[in-house]
Amino acid sequence: MHPLRRYRLTMVIFIVVMTSIAVGLMSFALRKNINLFYTPSSVVLGEAPINVNIRVGGMVVEGSLIRAEDSLLSIFKVTDGVSEVKVQHEGILPDMFAEGGGAVATGKLDENFIFIASTVLAKHDENYMPPEVTFAMDEARLHTKKLNSEAGSLNNN
Amino acid sequence: MIAEYGHFALILALALALMQAIIPQIGAFAGNRLWMSTVRPLVAAQTLFVLISFGCLIFLFLNDDFSVRYVAENSNTLLPDRYKISAVWGAHEGSLLLWVFILALWSSAVSIFSANLPAHLVARVLAVMGFISVGFYFFLLFTSNPFDRSLPFFPSEGADLNPLLQDVGLIFHPPMLYMGYVGLSVAFSFSIAALLSGDTDSAWARWVRPWTLVSWIFLTLGISLGSWWAYYELGWGGWWFWDPVENASFMPWLVCTALIHSLSATEKRGVFRSWTLLLAIIAFSLSLLGTFLVRSGVLTSVHAFASDPTRGVFILTFLVIVIGGSLLLFALKGPTKNAPSGFSDLSKEMFILINNLLLMSLTVVILLGTLYPLIADVLGWGKISVGPPYFNLFFVPLTLLLAILMPIGSVLRWKRSTTVSVRHYFNGPLVCSIFLGGLFPFFYEGYEPIAAVTVMVALWIIFITLRDVWRKSAQTSRSVLHGLIRLNASYYGMVVAHIGVAICIIGVGLTSTYSVQRDIRMEPGDQVNVAGYQFKFVAIGPFKGPNYIADQAEIAVTRDDSAVAVLYPQKRRYLASGQTMTEASIDSGIFRDLYVALGEPLKGEAWALRVYVKPFVIWIWLGSAFIALGALIALLDRRYRINRRKAVHA
Repeated sequence: MHPLRRYRLTMVIFIVVMTSIAVGLMSFALRKNINLFYTPSSVVLGEAPINVNIRVGGMVVEGSLIRAEDSLLSIFKVTDGVSEVKVQHEGILPDMFAEGGGAVATGKLDENFIFIASTVLAKHDENYMPPEVTFAMDEARLHTKKLNSEAGSLNNN
Repeated sequence: MIAEYGHFALILALALALMQAIIPQIGAFAGNRLWMSTVRPLVAAQTLFVLISFGCLIFLFLNDDFSVRYVAENSNTLLPDRYKISAVWGAHEGSLLLWVFILALWSSAVSIFSANLPAHLVARVLAVMGFISVGFYFFLLFTSNPFDRSLPFFPSEGADLNPLLQDVGLIFHPPMLYMGYVGLSVAFSFSIAALLSGDTDSAWARWVRPWTLVSWIFLTLGISLGSWWAYYELGWGGWWFWDPVENASFMPWLVCTALIHSLSATEKRGVFRSWTLLLAIIAFSLSLLGTFLVRSGVLTSVHAFASDPTRGVFILTFLVIVIGGSLLLFALKGPTKNAPSGFSDLSKEMFILINNLLLMSLTVVILLGTLYPLIADVLGWGKISVGPPYFNLFFVPLTLLLAILMPIGSVLRWKRSTTVSVRHYFNGPLVCSIFLGGLFPFFYEGYEPIAAVTVMVALWIIFITLRDVWRKSAQTSRSVLHGLIRLNASYYGMVVAHIGVAICIIGVGLTSTYSVQRDIRMEPGDQVNVAGYQFKFVAIGPFKGPNYIADQAEIAVTRDDSAVAVLYPQKRRYLASGQTMTEASIDSGIFRDLYVALGEPLKGEAWALRVYVKPFVIWIWLGSAFIALGALIALLDRRYRINRRKAVHA
């Protein structure tokens, strides 16, 4: 083969191999480090994996926040309007955290279906709602609407 | 009436920008001098009208005109004047107005400092900048007009500026960052102009370089101000979160860094011409993408304020036109033949190439991590977020490699260095940095291998760089002092900036290893020991600010029974919005920061507190300041100064 062609061929092979390694590594790393979002309904339905890092979010249920007396442990519930999930967090809750407000927690679901949160994010101002929370509420609303209409058609029959 | 004047001025500015985008461009194609010469007056007029418009908005804020919706949503009569001014760019509409205003300023700067450039090039560059302005004016006027009135029923009091933004850092952070973002449009426009005229020689690189340096200075300062603000204002002591919006500003910075280095190779050696052109296009494309990510509200982040889908569609379309168009132009008319200058594996060119490769890899990694949640959402793979471990996994090793290679490349010669001549530059620094770096953690709190590596790499950079200054000044001239004076400014700029990188590395590495954090429940009288410091919760009481009320704690810090500092962290409640905000209290020092933030009130007088001792954290921003200073020094280089002087005289 012509030396120039051979040089070009090795360059092309080198680039292809290096890029595939890089892409492979990146997608591997991505898969290890992404946190999927689950709505409270999907957690209750058992769709969420146990002991895997995920995110759960919704509105904080009024009157559900309980704090420990002698530590920073707190427990509250989040809802999407249909189902509720119990969240346990040890540490300081964010400024905008409030009962009736939106919150998204990152952490793991334990065997008793209590969500052990490592971080809790709340909306950061009055006009703003985390997109995930809006998503969860909409999903739940759609779902109930569908159930209702199915129930309605059953009744009619 | 002022709002209407502002609105009208904005429309006039749009009309002028349209003319600026079209007439000089046609003139340059047709070779019509008259049409080309319209560009400077058009730029001046456009700048004047956007300045009027911007001034009107500031006036409306200062006079609490709540009939203007944007003012009512982002200001309040109780807001201090300095925050009323910074509130102008505190939200979407105003920040876009700031964007076009800064673009007009850059256009004016180009039109003033370009007297010695060929007329057709100036016409083309400014026409491209006019085109970008047109896009943003349309965006402002059709989707986000800051002068909209909410008549006839307007509120008597404003909703107040988001408390997070009521801070000195936030007065300067957005303008600085935007100066950087928008400044990249100059290099972009130069490369589009070069592609259009087919004239891509080394002179091009010399003209673009100072502009790129200036925008790089602003980007560097803007990003580090943002990170500093996040550190003390977001309340929880982190300084970088791999938040999508931080990434959006970091990517243009990385590409701009690559651009600065490849520009120097193109200018001095005529190599990498098409690559440099492409980098200029990518850098600005990423800064547009950043604007899109921040302003379309597609991302969950601290910066994603209330959003509107039509805006996202508009920016996306604009993005496709600009990025797609310029890449197409590059593919069609990009330079195909490089200067016939070979270089060996051990040469400055090769190391600049590696630098560019590593910086671009970092950019790709960050881009993928930032866009992946969007792609997954669109493709229905679920709502996901990419965590910091992903970014750190790639960022840390790639940056370390970059840092180790950086000083080597900086002392090599262009074209070729011989292994023998080069080896003795590195032996001494290698031994010293490994020895001292390995020893360092023994004198600090606990042996951490990461700390040792951090110090080794930082010292490696500093030793080689300083040794090279010594060698160059002693070798080329009679006395060292004379030699030091003879070295040019762009060399000194590089030295300072590279040492800045070393300082940054020390800050990042040591803070990450030695920071101690405690979340703790405390009552008045309680004490806690964190990393050798005694934090005593003395008292808590009410405090009244101009537009907020707060609980303020008094925390006395002692070490070995001698007083170190008294900190007053606050938990504020803003009156107009009812929002609560954590105001951390920090005692900053060269070797450590003491950081206390009030969490939430618990039973009785007890509070949840977060206490941090963060060693060397200030070095992160000190290093960034050095990097920016380095670029500033490089800018004073004689080569560019002559350009300027000619420009002023002409």
